[in-house]
Amino acid sequence: MAIFSLWVINKAGGLVYQRNFADGLAQLTSNEYLVLAGTLHGIHAITSRLSPAGSSSGAQVIEGETFKMTILLTATGTKFVLLTSLAEATADSVLQRVYEAYADAVMKNPFHTPEMPIRSEGFDTRITSLIGTGQP
Amino acid sequence: MQQPHPRFSVLSGSSLSSAEHLSPTASSTRFSLPSATSINTALGTPKPSLRPNIYDRNLNKTRTSEVSASAFAFLFSEVVQYTQKRVSGINDLERRLNTLGYRAGTRVLELMVWRAESSSKAPKREIRFLPALMSIHTQVWRAVFGRPADAIEKSVENEDEYMIIDNDPPIERHISVPKDMNQLSCSSFTAGVVEAVLDGLGLPARVTAHHTPTQQFPSRTTILIKLDKSVLEREEIFK
Repeated sequence: MAIFSLWVINKAGGLVYQRNFADGLAQLTSNEYLVLAGTLHGIHAITSRLSPAGSSSGAQVIEGETFKMTILLTATGTKFVLLTSLAEATADSVLQRVYEAYADAVMKNPFHTPEMPIRSEGFDTRITSLIGTGQP
Repeated sequence: MQQPHPRFSVLSGSSLSSAEHLSPTASSTRFSLPSATSINTALGTPKPSLRPNIYDRNLNKTRTSEVSASAFAFLFSEVVQYTQKRVSGINDLERRLNTLGYRAGTRVLELMVWRAESSSKAPKREIRFLPALMSIHTQVWRAVFGRPADAIEKSVENEDEYMIIDNDPPIERHISVPKDMNQLSCSSFTAGVVEAVLDGLGLPARVTAHHTPTQQFPSRTTILIKLDKSVLEREEIFK
């Protein structure tokens, strides 16, 4: 029951925010995170075309053996990705609250340029109070 | 008055001569409202508009109404971004926000005093400085932000300095100033409001906002009021 990491990907596929919480995943360099985020963006776009029943929004949960990746796609094309352990049940609600924190601390901040890496202290503080260490 | 009051122009001093092109008589077509008849000429004579004019509305009608904080946050964020592209440094940015706050402050004072005193038999006005400061701390903050400010302090070093402290200024709630600009306080807008209220009450002062965070309140802001000499002299005479 742990939250490992949070990624925020802009509408072009670039990683704008990445933060680790509980231990459990391999530590990668920032370049590797950028590459993975771009790959995920591409895969998400492909999965939105694969639905047999008409239009779909793309992959929402990707499960592996040791972790689970929950993706929230917003109406503006921004993706919030939460990497958690398999047992974590609160991923969707956490992502909703992360989206709210993003709308407040990032979008209303005049010193943030949209689609650029997020460097707002207010957002960091709110994510810390929301997720903390990642362990309950 | 030989030149326009510096507070009423955001143009720099060197361009005052070009201010005349903004007067309504010079370009009346730009400032005239579109006439309602132009929209439905195809239907013949239009009916007169039934909606009441906003200027005829009772001033007490919106006394307790609220504005969406998010709407204001987006507007203020755009104000700061717009200003930042046109200034040369932090001081200039604070000065411009101060000027914008001044324009809002003159209207705040008029409306607040009207709403408080117009219904009473003996309307009164603050003429001494300390009661005026108390009324700013409670009434102005309540009229603008919905709650009184957190503290008033008097400076021990200087006779003419007073401070109003707000632990969590609502206009700055979503703003995160980058590390290299951390002397900037966007509450310069609030300082402009306070300065206009003081000017309107006949107590000229220079008002600035300073970011003074503490452990408990990371966005604590101090509004510093530096009174004009004339106010101190007048207060002495009253004693």
